[in-house]
Amino acid sequence: MNWAAITVFVILFGLVTVMGFIAARWRAADLNHLHEWGLGGRRFGTIVTWFLLGGDLYTAYTFIAVPALVFGAGAIGFFAVPYTLMLYPFVYVVYPRLWSVARKHGYVTASDFVRGRYGSPLLALLVAITGILATMPYIALQLVGIQVVIAAMGFTGEGWMGDLPLIVAFAILAAYTYTSGLRAPALISVVKDLLIYITVIAAITVIPAQLGGYGHIFAGIAPDKLLLAAPTANNTGAYGAYATLALGSVLALFLYPHCITALLSSSSRGVIKRNMALLPAYSLALALLAFLGYVAVVAHVHDDPAYAVYFKQYGNNFAVPALMLKFFPAWFVGVAFAAVAIGALVPAAIMSIAAANLFTRNIYKEYLVPSATPADEARMAKLLSLVVKLGALAFILFVPTNFAINLQLLGGAWIIQTLPTVVIGLYTRWLHRWALAAGWAAGMALGTWMVVSQQFKPTFPLHLGDWVLPGYSAFYSLLVNFTVAVLLTLAFRALKVSEATDQTSPTDYEHDVA
Amino acid sequence: MAAPGPSKFKRTVWYVILFVPFFTAICVPLFNRMEPSFYGIPFFYWFQFVLIIVAAIVTGLAYLAKI
Repeated sequence: MNWAAITVFVILFGLVTVMGFIAARWRAADLNHLHEWGLGGRRFGTIVTWFLLGGDLYTAYTFIAVPALVFGAGAIGFFAVPYTLMLYPFVYVVYPRLWSVARKHGYVTASDFVRGRYGSPLLALLVAITGILATMPYIALQLVGIQVVIAAMGFTGEGWMGDLPLIVAFAILAAYTYTSGLRAPALISVVKDLLIYITVIAAITVIPAQLGGYGHIFAGIAPDKLLLAAPTANNTGAYGAYATLALGSVLALFLYPHCITALLSSSSRGVIKRNMALLPAYSLALALLAFLGYVAVVAHVHDDPAYAVYFKQYGNNFAVPALMLKFFPAWFVGVAFAAVAIGALVPAAIMSIAAANLFTRNIYKEYLVPSATPADEARMAKLLSLVVKLGALAFILFVPTNFAINLQLLGGAWIIQTLPTVVIGLYTRWLHRWALAAGWAAGMALGTWMVVSQQFKPTFPLHLGDWVLPGYSAFYSLLVNFTVAVLLTLAFRALKVSEATDQTSPTDYEHDVA
Repeated sequence: MAAPGPSKFKRTVWYVILFVPFFTAICVPLFNRMEPSFYGIPFFYWFQFVLIIVAAIVTGLAYLAKI
């Protein structure tokens, strides 16, 4: 047991717990309305949104998994860098339109928008189900982040006792999310980010210096890991994989319900745009973290007998925690691990709120209880946020971790299939609602098949004539989805299949608050 | 209320500028190389690091230009 680390960890965890409950009174409002509980009243300004989105996009799992990928696979793991740098110009151009139309019509979820835009409850339902399915394993993965650091502090008890700290952490999270809604993760994300930045800065200054500096670390990496495998005569090698992984991830990210929730909670278009210029601060931190994967290789944490048992259980995901245990004093290990654990709580809270919003708005009110009042909606969403978290917890306790990781990968291939409906829908209604539904089905089926056929590796070796083009399955299946949607739209147009009504008008997409 | 937007031409020009770092980031052959290295850091790594900063600056300038 690492008592110094545990003490610091528990103090920091206690601090954010108190903040989580106090958050209910922050910018006090009637939390019996879904847009108050589930969107923080749409009142978050530039700074709160910066922390909230940062807490949302850069999850504990990111901080563990990105360096782990670099640690194991080398340069290909750096695709996270082009991914984050392409993300912000893209979101800057596209997503203020979603904010505007949602503000104008009171939409709480992407499905609300789809319902209004295409007049199709079915299409809205498909988008809602996709969102919930993709989010569930993502929440479970946040727990893996907590699990790794709790184990690393010495809680390695067998069975029920070993899982107790995780259950306690999750019960606390569930309680304050229930009470405070989106205000809780918004407030806690400030602490989370301060801890993350302190940890990252310490890690990238202290540890490389002890290992002889950056140049020395790069020199210690096998040359075939340092660069991407170049194309051969009829195979595009890692180039296409790197580019499509980055591009596909960019296109998919802001379709996730938790990202849309954070986006819609901001108070104006300007807040979103300012944030797209300010959020790259996190990209820099992420690039440095990715580099820690190499630091872990050179530090030979993998060969250290003290960590062998953890590597056996958690695989490469233990690379960064091992590095911290090896180089930081015990009390600072507590700070670093608290950063990871709190970094898991913030996105887990936002994700459960987002999934609850979707279920409440687009399934409960749409299909089950159309007469639900705003207070009924808020009550339902609060309860569902508990159910969603319980589900994620059960998942982690009773299902092998690898299964959650695989499902999260599938989730990426699923959520991207809503792009033609949501993103293209922000610009034009040309694609027919039934064609979009058919394209979605084709993309879901193909994407799932591609991922499963490769034993849950994200890339698929596409054979075109004599060429092999390895690329991101989500990206390939999206192309098929889009092609189906376009071809069927042409067919439906030719057959004059009816169009439903559009609730929105072109100026709604530029709408802003005074 | 619809915000009075910039002219269509100005907007198009800025979209093209925003697209430059975006497009550069997927031109993998352009930067998948060791040299020129920077204090022992291979080109592949420092180039993409610098590109993050370029993308941030371009996005910030687009905001200042009220795009």
